[in-house]
Amino acid sequence: MRLAIGPVLYFWDRERLLDFYRELAATPVDIVYLGETVCSKRRSLRFPDWLEIGRMLADHGKQVVLSTLTLVEADSEVGQIARVCRNGKFMVEANDAAALDALMETGAPFVGGTGLNIYNAGTLSWLREAGLVRWVPPVEMNGEQIEQIVDEVGMSGKKPEIELFAFGRMPLAYSARCFTARAHGLGKDECGFVCKDYPAGMAADTQEGRPLFTLNGIQTQSAAVVNLLPLWREASESGVDILRLSPLPEGTAELLRRTREAVDSGTVPESPDIPGVVQCNGYWYGRAGLESRGLGREWPAEGIS
Amino acid sequence: MELVVPAGSRGALQSAIEAGADVVYLGLRDETNARHFPGLNFSTVELPATVERAHLKGCKVYLAINTYSRAGEWKRWQSAVDAAAESRVDALIAADMAVLEYASRTYPDLRLHLSVQASATNWRALRFYRNHFGIERAVLPRVLSLTQVERLAERNVVPLEVFGFGGLCIMAEGRCLFSSYACGRSPNNYGACSPAEAVEWRQDGEVMETRVGGVLVDRFGEADAAGYPTLCKGRYQVRGKRVHAFEEPVSLNSLELLPRLAKIGIHAIKLEGRQRSPAYVFRMTRIWRAAIDSVQANPDGFSVLEPWKNGLADLAEGQQTVLGAYARVWQ
Repeated sequence: MRLAIGPVLYFWDRERLLDFYRELAATPVDIVYLGETVCSKRRSLRFPDWLEIGRMLADHGKQVVLSTLTLVEADSEVGQIARVCRNGKFMVEANDAAALDALMETGAPFVGGTGLNIYNAGTLSWLREAGLVRWVPPVEMNGEQIEQIVDEVGMSGKKPEIELFAFGRMPLAYSARCFTARAHGLGKDECGFVCKDYPAGMAADTQEGRPLFTLNGIQTQSAAVVNLLPLWREASESGVDILRLSPLPEGTAELLRRTREAVDSGTVPESPDIPGVVQCNGYWYGRAGLESRGLGREWPAEGIS
Repeated sequence: MELVVPAGSRGALQSAIEAGADVVYLGLRDETNARHFPGLNFSTVELPATVERAHLKGCKVYLAINTYSRAGEWKRWQSAVDAAAESRVDALIAADMAVLEYASRTYPDLRLHLSVQASATNWRALRFYRNHFGIERAVLPRVLSLTQVERLAERNVVPLEVFGFGGLCIMAEGRCLFSSYACGRSPNNYGACSPAEAVEWRQDGEVMETRVGGVLVDRFGEADAAGYPTLCKGRYQVRGKRVHAFEEPVSLNSLELLPRLAKIGIHAIKLEGRQRSPAYVFRMTRIWRAAIDSVQANPDGFSVLEPWKNGLADLAEGQQTVLGAYARVWQ
């Protein structure tokens, strides 16, 4: 089982990003996804900066993948995606059909991200022929469905690598509207980059205090952190090759190390205790995504309001 | 400019035709379409006669098979495509690559439209679906500004259909898992957002609560009208305040944009609401029919008439209509 670090979904400043990737270089992570996937206005790093970080990580033996924007509207965004797809050095994770279009022009192998709606063996097989070599299933898919697709596609002898979104706040939706700006009474065009003040997103709780969503610009995430790390053996039996950890501002590198140790020693990694944060795994079991089975960190709970 | 009208029932279909729809769009009675609600839609048995009746009255029929085929259940989506082809529908509205690929390979004469559920919001995405699956039209998600729609139309990758009136999805269609996060079922995996079996209305003294999958969406006093709960229209605690974090319960209404949409060459206007009653469909369709006729007769002299405005306001959710993402300030 390999371990991957997904793209940073929040708006972090340049220093925080550089520190994060320098720290990662020293961890046993196998694959690192780089780039801005949420909002094209966020530019604490420019494309050459991302390539530079990619080279640094590659020098440390990491596989580097460049992730593309998910909701793609403006022509400038389409142009940026084509530029990423033609980078000539690193593999690309496609999160929109715009990236598929650009990648198929180059003929390069690619990763199909959670932003693509690949829900069945037919779609996966078609994309496999188009160059997909790794698939990150939509976060709402359950373990049985993933296994079923792996079996069906595997029969043709062309199973791609399967990467499970195994830890972090799940992306649930994308909008034209920026909700972080809205919470500050601002429109998207005059957002003032307020999302910079929320390195782990902004909480949106129900009126009875249940943590429900995390506002992250035009993206809305789950409030609960999905944690499938304790299920790594079951995931492996279902055909999962790689576990993805989606970065949080604190503790990601440490969690990665602990997960590596647990997998190598064949044990169950202890769930991290993130103060005030609920955890969930419902989707894996075919249930509501926010449900939690056996994690012991669900709402309502002590210390979680 | 074609007027494409929702028909979730026989009654709605008849209303749509009588009120002047150029096209009605339907779904089958299962999870293959994004309005999989009890009591709605058509069986594969009644589909051929339904299509024939519409054709006799000069109305086209599009069939929406616009959800994502579930692992191990491909046969259901395959049968739906077969039924569409055999019933001689005028176009299939689809989002899943597996559905598009099967339809284009098996029925090369069957016209394919890209569903809004495919989330194609830029020219390269449109080109991808055109080049590989031969789509002849795309329905644009409700996330683009009017200027962005105009740019896309100028690119002329495929003819475009845009939303005119009805429910306003705040999130990019096909990219929203709010419903399954709360209750396990979403448009992509089940064909419904906030499915009826997951929705609760609880009267607690003077307060009415709405819930989806047990999750509190909103609380209403006696004076407020409690709308059908969807998570994106709920009120939440954000930065210490109880607010509509995403949007209030409003409807989309782009009637005033009609001349511009016509000018930039939009091929069709889609009205939303396969879950609506025949009376609702009739009133909505009649107004849009009159407006489109007016804009086509005299594009420069078009203005939104008071009775149209009031008529649509009466139909709107929360009696409020907005331009949504078409207006940059909304974003």
